[in-house]
Amino acid sequence: MDAGSSTIRTIAIGGAAGDGIREAGINFSELLNELGYKTFSSFDYPSLIRGGHNYSRVSYAEHIVRADYRELDVLVAVNAESVRIHAKTLKPDARIFVEEAYVSELADLNLPLISIPMKKIAEETNAPQVARTSSAFGAYGYTLGITLDQLKKIAAKVFANVGADINVALVEKGYQLMQKSGRTQDECRLPEEIPDEIGEVIDGNRAVAKGFLAAGLEAYVGYPMTPSTSTLQFLAKAGKERGLKVVHPEDEIAVINMALGMSYAGKRVAVGTANGGVALMQESLSLAGVSEVPIVILESMRMGPATGVATHTSQGDLQFTLHVGHGEFPRFVVAPGDVEECFVCAADALNMAWKYQLPAIVLSDKHLSESYMSVTLDEGSKGPDLGKRANTDGEEPYNRYKITEDGISPLAFPGTKGAVVKATSYEHNEEGEATEDAHEVTEMQDKRFRKLQGLYHDFAWFPTVKTYGDQNSDAIVVFWGSTKGAALEAAKQLSRPAKFVQILWMEPFDTERVKSELYGAKVLIDVEANHTAQLAALIREKTGIEIHNKVLKYDAQPFTPTALAEEINKFL
Amino acid sequence: MSLDLATDTKITWCPGCPNSQILVSFRQAVEEFVADGTMELQNIVAGAGVGCHGKISDYLEVNTFNSLHGRIVPTLTGIKLANPTLEVVGFSGDGDSFSEGFNHITHAARRNTDISLFLHNNQVFALTTGQATSTSTRGFKGGTTPQGSIDEPMNPALIMLAVGATFVARTIASDITKTKEILKAAMLHKGFAFVDIIQPCITFFDTREYYKERVHWLSEKHEKKSLDAAFDAVRGASEKKVPLGIFYQVEKPTFEELV
Repeated sequence: MDAGSSTIRTIAIGGAAGDGIREAGINFSELLNELGYKTFSSFDYPSLIRGGHNYSRVSYAEHIVRADYRELDVLVAVNAESVRIHAKTLKPDARIFVEEAYVSELADLNLPLISIPMKKIAEETNAPQVARTSSAFGAYGYTLGITLDQLKKIAAKVFANVGADINVALVEKGYQLMQKSGRTQDECRLPEEIPDEIGEVIDGNRAVAKGFLAAGLEAYVGYPMTPSTSTLQFLAKAGKERGLKVVHPEDEIAVINMALGMSYAGKRVAVGTANGGVALMQESLSLAGVSEVPIVILESMRMGPATGVATHTSQGDLQFTLHVGHGEFPRFVVAPGDVEECFVCAADALNMAWKYQLPAIVLSDKHLSESYMSVTLDEGSKGPDLGKRANTDGEEPYNRYKITEDGISPLAFPGTKGAVVKATSYEHNEEGEATEDAHEVTEMQDKRFRKLQGLYHDFAWFPTVKTYGDQNSDAIVVFWGSTKGAALEAAKQLSRPAKFVQILWMEPFDTERVKSELYGAKVLIDVEANHTAQLAALIREKTGIEIHNKVLKYDAQPFTPTALAEEINKFL
Repeated sequence: MSLDLATDTKITWCPGCPNSQILVSFRQAVEEFVADGTMELQNIVAGAGVGCHGKISDYLEVNTFNSLHGRIVPTLTGIKLANPTLEVVGFSGDGDSFSEGFNHITHAARRNTDISLFLHNNQVFALTTGQATSTSTRGFKGGTTPQGSIDEPMNPALIMLAVGATFVARTIASDITKTKEILKAAMLHKGFAFVDIIQPCITFFDTREYYKERVHWLSEKHEKKSLDAAFDAVRGASEKKVPLGIFYQVEKPTFEELV
């Protein structure tokens, strides 16, 4: 094992679709989180509902963990296939918990299997089979070295929303089974040693939702599409208590047009979809651009083209997102790299949409959207920016598209006495009526593009670019989005220290800052999960800097730290 | 003081186009509602799609949202959901709602979103200089169908009844007073109101004489609450007669009430 991951331990839970593998991954993460560990977990699944092979992988340590590692300390296998698939990545002393029914057929592997009759225990406890990994949760809890009482307390919390009693009963049976077998326990951090500040285990999609809520979200519209669906489902549930209007209409085109209608009427609204859904929305995105109706879009990339590798990750749509929608109009595109940034960038995007009355896109991907991290979100740190509002006392007529110095025309909404509020897909005059007049056409475009000046001033106040690692190194690695996790883990495993540069604001692009961060590099390396090095192309377009060394991955899997470090080391 | 609902924008419909009659009917309807205190002007929002009909938004000094071709219905749904105190109406065309984006109007009807949709049905794509829409008659010779359209036309009112609209009516633009009354009834209706307005295109598909001979108003005895009676009346259209009037009107919970 490499030095970088020596204090990081990794658990995988594998089984078929329908076995509750994703939930098990979250449950194991929450157990570790309750013990004060920092976790990162990802979920790998095919596009089907029953069968196939799913696994959750949780890496944890006493310090922050930004990616899950391939090498396993623990495997929980609900079926035989899981053991065969993960056998090659087991560490020598790994603990392997296997459903009892499959132990005999796995004899040829000569592995020290720990048999857990998960199915039988669930039957005896009258628990649904989808909960059967909870007995393995108990067995694993025993090996961690905590007492049954301690584990039961944690389990009651972890399973609070999904039938705590029955799950705690399963956990107890799994724990006792291990206890009776007299197996050794590891030494773990015990509950009494837990630091005061334990975070929550949350994925990128929920963090985006929380960011929107922090910035005053009032409505959310979405059509289910992997990997964006969990934001819609989370808000559909959480929204009820907050008076949020959440709608799932007939298709993505209805989604964005409904949202634009809501925004025109004054509601702070967001929509969410995958890259394919944004493709459907693109004419309406252009409508948002010309009509200056504020809108924020969560776009979570999966591997395309077309339906592509539907449940797997990719960073293949950066350039698409920068150009989506016909015609020219200012937009805001931000690409968070971890769960915490999902929260911050989502809040910022909603605020930018209203401050500058333009479409704002939060660009995520499957690996970021659906991976969980232990974090403490500072939910009070972000508030709503309501944008520039019109004075409609009737002294002068309200013009929705008033030409202003900063390009921002004051907002009013229908229902305001003395104001006639017009929005239109046509190029228009100040009143909002269609125009073909050359002067007016030019003037209105100039007005819209002047809004970018404000955004350029915002560069100083927002995280457009972040740097990590050895700031003085002449080896610089540039990356964006979810690659952050593997990149910063890989940073610990390099043959010599490097500086790491993450680009968050893609449009507008903080050209001077990027230039200065890349200045003086002797070895410049671009890391992206796509085929065509789209960030490198953007950097060249904006700064003139050409990056020759590229680590590109387009197998629909996220980077893993150790493998990425090996690739970077080739250039160092 | 009477309201001035005109804007400074020059009207660019063809001289004599029945769209102007629809504009007059709607302005009169709004004037009457505002005058008798039924509605406040600032609460009225008129949306439109893209096509000849869509120009109407530039000719109305009220709140308007001129959306994309085929997408006005979800836009209106969003406006009403965001602020249910608004009176939300939409102008659309047979190309704009029954060709492009046809699914939206069916879903809005089944949701019973509380908006009124006025269909400028001229049975032709006019702004693009004369091609067949989904309501053009079979055999219609247009720019894309020089040998005549091979498709059967849709009957918008029949479709709206089938998918759950709670108010379905038909009128003809040339009867400005009757049209005004039907638009008013639609606006007062709580739920999804659909009005098929026969609006002959005097340039590309002049059906004025055709309809003049065939339109007739439903009798006073027509049972508006009966879906069967509505289907019978709407299906009653034939080569010989085209029924006009309110075919169907029932009250059901609206989308905005249920979200």
